[in-house]
Amino acid sequence: MASLAARRAKDNAVKAISTGFAALAIVLLAWILLTLLAKGLPALGTNVFTQITLPPGQGGGLLNAIVGSLIQIGIALLIGGPIGIFAGTFLAENGKGTKIGSATRFVNDILLSAPSILVGLFIYQFLVVPFGGFSGWAGSIALAILVIPVIVRTTEDMLNLVPVGLREAAFALGAPQWKVVIMVTWRAARAGIVTGVLLAIARAAGETAPLLFTSLGNNGWSLDLSKPMASLPIAIYQYAGSPFDDWVSLAWAGALLITVGVLLLNVVSRVVLARTH
Amino acid sequence: MDATMDSSGAVDRIPIHQAKRIGGLSDPLFVGALWGCGLLVLVLLALIIGQLFLGGLPALREFGLDFLWTASWNPVTEKYGALVMIYGTVFSAVIAVIVALPLSFGIAFFLTEIAPQSLKRPIGVAVQLLAAVPSIIYGMWGFFIVAPLMAQYVQSPLIDLLGPIPVLGLLFQGPPLGSGMFTAGLILAVMIVPFITAMFVETLESIPPMLKESAYGVGCTTYEVYRNVSVPYGRTAMVGAVMLGLGRALGETMAVTFVIGNATRLSASLFAPGATIASTIANEFPEAPIGSLKLTSLLQLGFILFVISFIVLALSRALVRSRLD
Amino acid sequence: MTSAVDPTFNLSSAVAAKPGAVETPTKIQVNKLNFYYGQNHALKNINFTIPEKRVTAMIGPSGCGKSTLLRVFNRMYDLYPGQRAEGEVMFDGVNVVGKELDSTVVRSRIGMVFQKPTPFPMSIYDNIAFGVRLHESLNKAQMDERVESCLRKAAIWEETKDRLHTSALGMSGGQQQRLCIARTIAVRPEVILLDEPTSALDPISTSKIEDLIDELKQEFTIVIVTHNMQQAARCADRTAFFYLGELVEVGPSDVIFTNPKEIKTRDYITGRFG
Repeated sequence: MASLAARRAKDNAVKAISTGFAALAIVLLAWILLTLLAKGLPALGTNVFTQITLPPGQGGGLLNAIVGSLIQIGIALLIGGPIGIFAGTFLAENGKGTKIGSATRFVNDILLSAPSILVGLFIYQFLVVPFGGFSGWAGSIALAILVIPVIVRTTEDMLNLVPVGLREAAFALGAPQWKVVIMVTWRAARAGIVTGVLLAIARAAGETAPLLFTSLGNNGWSLDLSKPMASLPIAIYQYAGSPFDDWVSLAWAGALLITVGVLLLNVVSRVVLARTH
Repeated sequence: MDATMDSSGAVDRIPIHQAKRIGGLSDPLFVGALWGCGLLVLVLLALIIGQLFLGGLPALREFGLDFLWTASWNPVTEKYGALVMIYGTVFSAVIAVIVALPLSFGIAFFLTEIAPQSLKRPIGVAVQLLAAVPSIIYGMWGFFIVAPLMAQYVQSPLIDLLGPIPVLGLLFQGPPLGSGMFTAGLILAVMIVPFITAMFVETLESIPPMLKESAYGVGCTTYEVYRNVSVPYGRTAMVGAVMLGLGRALGETMAVTFVIGNATRLSASLFAPGATIASTIANEFPEAPIGSLKLTSLLQLGFILFVISFIVLALSRALVRSRLD
Repeated sequence: MTSAVDPTFNLSSAVAAKPGAVETPTKIQVNKLNFYYGQNHALKNINFTIPEKRVTAMIGPSGCGKSTLLRVFNRMYDLYPGQRAEGEVMFDGVNVVGKELDSTVVRSRIGMVFQKPTPFPMSIYDNIAFGVRLHESLNKAQMDERVESCLRKAAIWEETKDRLHTSALGMSGGQQQRLCIARTIAVRPEVILLDEPTSALDPISTSKIEDLIDELKQEFTIVIVTHNMQQAARCADRTAFFYLGELVEVGPSDVIFTNPKEIKTRDYITGRFG
């Protein structure tokens, strides 16, 4: 065994390196955020919110992309939210200890980390090809599939934190399961379920890959869900990779918007959860 | 007791065998909806795999299993193979894990053993926020900021220094483009560090304090306890955490598409441009019309990626859950 | 559990004062009841009767099956796949563990109060109204009246009347438990099952609950599971002693606590094991 002094020295060295690594993580986050601010803020004029995407050299903004993103995220949430909350409730209530419950939990964990671009390909094969083209609907459903596993996981986890006694007490009054779940368990786990939904919104808001082959993007103004629809991530992807300086600047402005939005959602959801637990 | 006693003292009850169940149809409907949504999630995975497989079937018929080890991706001769992309996918993900692993070990050590209570939460949250930054943002940051720095300060000197050495030099060939396999791996590493770290911390915090205390009792330093007690105790779950990081890195699309260089050529060099399955799908899809051999080859690629990810993620989950159960 | 037995406490003097000697009709009759948790045979061939409007205590060491039996009475085990009961629990001429009755109906007639207070995350008023709305449709005035009468019966009206619409989670543990009793009687059950209702409470709250039990038996049949033998002696007209899933002995509390027939019962009540 090494001498005490050598062991101490090693301990201190590892502590110093570990602290350095933690500092590095913070520096990287700060670096990304500062980059976004430095490049995005100058480009973030009112035009970004009031004008739609225009050909290079003509100015323009991201209005259609922002609105398109909001619509598709909204619909994804309307579809995926209830399905996710119900499926999560199924796992916590009915699927406990059953084979089918374990299988569903396993599949959900896989879906949670599965490559999102494959969800895009799936929807392309499943909806875009048979129904004749790229559409806002296809994009929304692709996002819904990404939203579901996040909500399922948090809903199940949060419902499992509700004391068994509370459920039993509601059943003991002669309540049927739907009353117990809606009036008591969901209510008791409210903050946690909201957290899951917020995290799901954050995830959907930043996803680009699943939209590439589903809603495609649209440089014009369109609210028609059966037509290709613009979205912020796709606009950023298209503009960032373009050779035009004004487009690249707009991409940075969009990137700043998305990142600030997503990070805020994450922080808010953590605060919601911390306040109630 | 008061007068209201009487009001409920004599309750008219219907005989119990005539009483109806409470809630009528609502309960079967509600419970049915719970089951339905649960099963929908279950079916979803099968649907995705099925659609990708069917979509890639024509390519499988055309090229057979040769698709897996053919290195060509040529739209002119219509000869498609997956080898370059499989290699790129695995290579970039492995670089990511190799870089992320020491970082995650260090940050987890810092968060569980070194950080004062007041710093633990804010720093932990900051690390987690790295995971929340959208993939495309990493792509832009990597392409516009990191890649030029890489070219100038990392790739050029290394190519000059190590390139001429036989064998090892093969890893350091070509022009310093900035983008390429290594840069992609680095960006991926930053993206998976939060996932691995979070699971490391969770595992380390579940270790019975008594175990650690008894090691401290015989005079171990903090690092020795971490290395000889905590990490071995949580080993299985920590391997699972690393697998999850690997699984995430394998399928990452946008960040990689920006920085990997998108060259469908095979090269041993760390700095050469390459392609992953996901980046190829993202890049080539716009030029793949419905019904084309290219499109079905891309779907076949997607199927392969799904199978690889599935295996890695399933293993990860088995390892992580094995300890929790 | 030995520590719970106070050597200065005289069990026979506690039971002597009870007026429970008068016979009342049978409310629940248990016939050849067996219960299983998966492979585990938790209750073995239980036979006994519970008299109407009396307090019946079930005692015994941890894991003896007393709580399990309580949860059979209101079909609580239905919530968990793998748990099943065989045999009969006759209640008003119907077997409550049989297929013919829906568990929600059984539970509306046989209410239950749990070990830990379980207020729902809603107002005090809504905690009471929740159960009532399941079974009856009352107008606002009737509901107000029901809420008040139940809170009065549970002896917390004075403490709660000015804060009916505030969250029930802000009450003390003892108040919460009395709220849970009020919530249970609001559904107007015929039987109330109490599963160690005071084990999480301080002595003052405990004695309030015990007084309450004494009042409630004028109107309800009460079955209480308790670890506390003084509590059984103080509150119960009849006591049943369980050991390892079997019913060892049942009879009037004064007999069980002063002159039990079985050696095992004697050993348990004198604190020799448990």
